[in-house]
Amino acid sequence: MIVQIEEKDTAVLITVKEERLDAHNSGELKTQMLNLFEEGKNSLVVNLEEVRFVDSSGLGALVSGFKNASARSGSLKLCNLQPQVKSMFELTRLHRVFEIFPNVDEALASFS
Amino acid sequence: MEKLDIDIRVPNQTRYLGLIGRVGEDVAHTLRGYRGDREELAYHVNLVLTEAITNAIRHANEDDPDKEIRVSISVDRGRLIIRVFDQGAGFDFKDRSSPEFRSLDEHGRGVYIIRSLMDSVEYRQTDSGHVLEMIKDLN
Repeated sequence: MIVQIEEKDTAVLITVKEERLDAHNSGELKTQMLNLFEEGKNSLVVNLEEVRFVDSSGLGALVSGFKNASARSGSLKLCNLQPQVKSMFELTRLHRVFEIFPNVDEALASFS
Repeated sequence: MEKLDIDIRVPNQTRYLGLIGRVGEDVAHTLRGYRGDREELAYHVNLVLTEAITNAIRHANEDDPDKEIRVSISVDRGRLIIRVFDQGAGFDFKDRSSPEFRSLDEHGRGVYIIRSLMDSVEYRQTDSGHVLEMIKDLN
């Protein structure tokens, strides 16, 4: 999976550069997030702008990141969910777990 | 609604998930006479195929690269019938509790998603393994 990682003032921005986030590539997202946690970076924003499709494995990877960030007194927030992706969060009630923002700027600003 | 039968065999690898998901979406887009939200149906077909095939690859076929997955997608008498065949000893396909109670589990949402989106779901033994049959009423 190609993820673009950028360090911003308030948090690390992870942009997923894949149309599908599924059982084939979600392990890589998990690994990338674990690398950031090991470097002590615990405030993360995951930008899902380009993701059109997410399955339970993709959701599981994001939950894993959320739990790891929270356990380190940080936070993982989401932004730019496409409508069908948003409906997956609603179906699995995960929209009550994650803070979800309409765009990158608002997600980053929420950390300051 | 017309009758349609598609049969696909792929190696037991997750890299084929996208391919079969796209076939499922195309079937939803091609259906004649479907009056519901076609984009939503396409997404749901892609999703249940992805979830079912992932379970078959990882749990039933235990990631064995020498095994294969067979998928059949049929439309018959107003019903969409999706079958995913594995060559393994099967996996635990019990109805799980509502996601409210395990919101921070990393696994276990696949079965819930399939049951939520399809009208009938059955997992049964075949001569060479198991089949997960998922049916959606299109009328």
